[in-house]
Amino acid sequence: MADQEFESAITDEMRALIGVKGPETISELTTTSVRMFARSVGYVDPAFYDEEVARERGYRSLPAPPGYLGTPLYNPADSDPTFGGRRGGGGFRSPYPLVLNGGTDIEYTGEQICAGDTLTSSTALASLNERWSGALGVPMLIQVSETTYTNQNGKVVAISRGTGISYPRPGD
Amino acid sequence: MSDAVPDQIYFEDIEVGDSIPELEKSPTSQQLVQWAAGSGDFYQIHYDTSYAQDTGLDDIIVHGALKHAFLGELLWRFAGPEGEVKRVQCSYRGMDPAAQGRESAQEKKFTLRGTVTRKYTEGERNIVELDIEGVRDDGSVSTPGQGVVILPTRG
Repeated sequence: MADQEFESAITDEMRALIGVKGPETISELTTTSVRMFARSVGYVDPAFYDEEVARERGYRSLPAPPGYLGTPLYNPADSDPTFGGRRGGGGFRSPYPLVLNGGTDIEYTGEQICAGDTLTSSTALASLNERWSGALGVPMLIQVSETTYTNQNGKVVAISRGTGISYPRPGD
Repeated sequence: MSDAVPDQIYFEDIEVGDSIPELEKSPTSQQLVQWAAGSGDFYQIHYDTSYAQDTGLDDIIVHGALKHAFLGELLWRFAGPEGEVKRVQCSYRGMDPAAQGRESAQEKKFTLRGTVTRKYTEGERNIVELDIEGVRDDGSVSTPGQGVVILPTRG
């Protein structure tokens, strides 16, 4: 498909945010929260439910299933009531109103992540790109955010990259 | 139901091109509510039909992150009790509906599949890379991605 010409929505101010870390978020893992996450995915492995089995398998406590990096501490004073994270999020705001979740990429360092852990994370904008959506007839802004998770011992346990796609309302 | 803990597979037993055991899911509105509690994401498009329709969707849709977690379970089961999941990556190329009401969950089957693309040793770690995907009941792929696991050796 030939590239459609369109005006870039990326400004110098937006580019200046690339690599700048946002505020820290504290997330907890408890035996109850690990069980709830594992149950919601549909895991049947007893390692996620029975601490004795988890210890026999070499874990300090119930291990976190892939994808679970703790639950952000909730406080109605500054948490988002729908998503639970910090209200307002990081520094980057797309100029477009509609948003799609483009993808998730989580890489683990090999450090155990278990019930009882407290993870500290912060997110930085990693990249900004644009492309024309032939299907919708609008430009799309593709932002990748990178979040680094560090445990209570100062060890990095995981790096997560999330892709957000934002675009104007077709027809506007 | 599949075995709670699958038999351990070893690095020596894997070859590039191998398909790994599939994992079958049938997400229901109940599972999406459980996921909302488990993940902390209470966005209404995942459990409230009229809210979803007000945003232009046909009906409630499965959370992208739940599909990512399904792929994580696929790799967890493949890596076995002595293996390790190193990376789970996927793109959300399309929405997936959830079964509701008296509708059979079997009609909303979502199958997780993987194929080995590379195996190599780095230091003491035996690494296996895979193409992974979440597949709808009609065979179309909504959630393609890649995974990396570390497997034990027989030696």
